[in-house]
Amino acid sequence: MADTLQVSLWRGGSDGRYVDYAVPARESQTVLDVVTYVQRHLDATLSYRFACRVGMCGSCAMQVNGRARWTCRTHVSKVAEGGKLTVAPLENMPVIKDLAADMREFFGKWQRAKGRFAPSKTRNDPVEPIDPATPQRRAADAAIECINCGVCYASCDTVKWDKDYLGPAQLNRAWTLVNDVRDAGNRERLVAVSEGSGCHSCHSHQSCQEFCPVGLNPTRSIAGLKRKSLAAYLKGELKP
Amino acid sequence: MSMLANRTRPLWFAAMIHRLSGLGLAIFLPFHFLVLGLAIRGEAQLDTFLRWTDQPLVKFSESALVGLLAVHMLGGLRLLALENMSWRGGQAVRALGLIAIAALVAVYFLVRVF
Repeated sequence: MADTLQVSLWRGGSDGRYVDYAVPARESQTVLDVVTYVQRHLDATLSYRFACRVGMCGSCAMQVNGRARWTCRTHVSKVAEGGKLTVAPLENMPVIKDLAADMREFFGKWQRAKGRFAPSKTRNDPVEPIDPATPQRRAADAAIECINCGVCYASCDTVKWDKDYLGPAQLNRAWTLVNDVRDAGNRERLVAVSEGSGCHSCHSHQSCQEFCPVGLNPTRSIAGLKRKSLAAYLKGELKP
Repeated sequence: MSMLANRTRPLWFAAMIHRLSGLGLAIFLPFHFLVLGLAIRGEAQLDTFLRWTDQPLVKFSESALVGLLAVHMLGGLRLLALENMSWRGGQAVRALGLIAIAALVAVYFLVRVF
């Protein structure tokens, strides 16, 4: 193992540039450790985002050597190419500064896709028993562990081509709610995810599935929404 | 900036092949109709053109066209199955397999015409 890593970090806004740093190489070193070293020892003005450091919060995702990853769960030894690392803010999002991407559009689309649970009961009603073995609940459970890190969104070509496209994480979230029998907002949700740059804009490249750090499959969820909206259209429940 | 990792995946190449083959077919179609239109003007004109198409270079181009048609159709069928039927894994292998089949169809066409 070389003593020093050659690290290129994106500095500035969208018109910024890469700046090179030499960082001491250590065993079991994550990419987040490297970025933190630069901020604490080489340039205190470096901006980046992190919180839990253990793959729970999803806030430290960045482009590492061209691939969106959680930096806290990415060991340098697995991704450094010849002792070199290139770290940039997430793709498909505006840059706030340095390695911090602006996620307002990402969460705005979450709302546009009706990613909020719409309760069908009040707190005064008895708790509804949910059978985990039903096909609907299984479909929801298979997609439910998303922590909104934005890795799929940054890896999606459709997002790059169509700025209005809702995005894989947002549609995946909508799919979990479409399959939630307790939810009362599915008529509006199906309209929201079907119209314009919704689920039918997905080209099924499956980058979201391949790069999701949790191992989810948003392409499968989006395919489910496509089938659901087609069925609703054929039944006359969804107007073009 | 480094090459984006999502642009070095088999399924991304499959999507690009699908898109470019569709574009190639769309460019070809007007010429195809133009040639068919020759039949309306008279048999002689069409026959003259068809004799011109017997050249080896045109035959090579035709087999490439057959390849484009096959790869676009098979890729489209894969996507329709992916989006309208129960989910099946191994899509990269399927996509590459279908591209290989399309290439074999084009080679078979070429072998038959010579």
